[in-house]
Amino acid sequence: MKLNGMTITLNQSCTITALLTQHHYPVQQVAVELNDKIVPKREFDTTFVTDEDTIEVVSFVGGG
Amino acid sequence: MTITLNGKSITVTSPISLFTLKQQYRPEAEIMIVNGYQLHEDRLIQPDDIIHFIQKGILPPKDELESMLAARHTPQIYQLLKQSKVAIAGLGGLGSQIAMMLARTGVGHLFLVDFDIVEPSNLNRQCYAISHLGMYKTQALKSQIEQVNPFVCVTCENTYVTSENLKTLFQGYQVVCEAFDNPVCKAELVNGILEHFPDCAIVAASGMAGYESSNLIRTKRIFGNLYLCGDNVHEAKPGQGLMAPRVSICAAHQANMVIRLLLGEQEA
Repeated sequence: MKLNGMTITLNQSCTITALLTQHHYPVQQVAVELNDKIVPKREFDTTFVTDEDTIEVVSFVGGG
Repeated sequence: MTITLNGKSITVTSPISLFTLKQQYRPEAEIMIVNGYQLHEDRLIQPDDIIHFIQKGILPPKDELESMLAARHTPQIYQLLKQSKVAIAGLGGLGSQIAMMLARTGVGHLFLVDFDIVEPSNLNRQCYAISHLGMYKTQALKSQIEQVNPFVCVTCENTYVTSENLKTLFQGYQVVCEAFDNPVCKAELVNGILEHFPDCAIVAASGMAGYESSNLIRTKRIFGNLYLCGDNVHEAKPGQGLMAPRVSICAAHQANMVIRLLLGEQEA
């Protein structure tokens, strides 16, 4: 699969939450686009990704 | 030939020079601005020139003031920006400065959203003064905007933005600026706009703390209509505070991206 433009191997399908946690993204501080579609945060636990998917993750840090 | 002088369309007989025209219309004016640029030397006037003669120290009549405020803009953009509607969520170090820059640039309608009041630790980077302490940020900012560009329509909402109320708050805006402090709120607003308003652009910010190099601050188009300004690294945390220069650079990145979007540019 592609994660932020990088090719990685996903051995088995997992939820977006699991993928984010595995790659050390703060789940509450991200926006996610899966195959060109925004995934709402409430669907992170129930949306599965496979090795064929393309996912973009942007995370935010505090301050403003 | 037809030209625009101090905001009004007039007909002049060619050939005529700037100095001659100034002598006829505004002999006391010290400043000549032609097509967005201040000139000091005489030259022949061309068809469709946009000219301003400004006399310092006097308040011009209202019908000339608006045109003079826009005199140094890139020509022709003022009318486009005047019809635009931008919402600014969060009126702290980023939002207060974005609002002032967009007001100066002539964005016609600004919607200011923040629940908070001005307190002393805000003053190190936010666009407020001692006289504003205790005031709602919306009101303090609105009063400042009225002082720099009275032709901007400013609406306000003193509320804490949530994933529920954003659906009604930001209905109908071309661009929303995310200018919060809390990264969870940043993510919530960005997600909400991208999900519910797919045609709206969201210009967000992440990473502008401390005094690291200014050159680290960038604008990037992330996906769809999400634009992100900042260095996405330097978060506000103990030992790394928020300081006016870097916060201002990030705010200016956001304001310029808003202007670009309003003028039809999609790329960062």
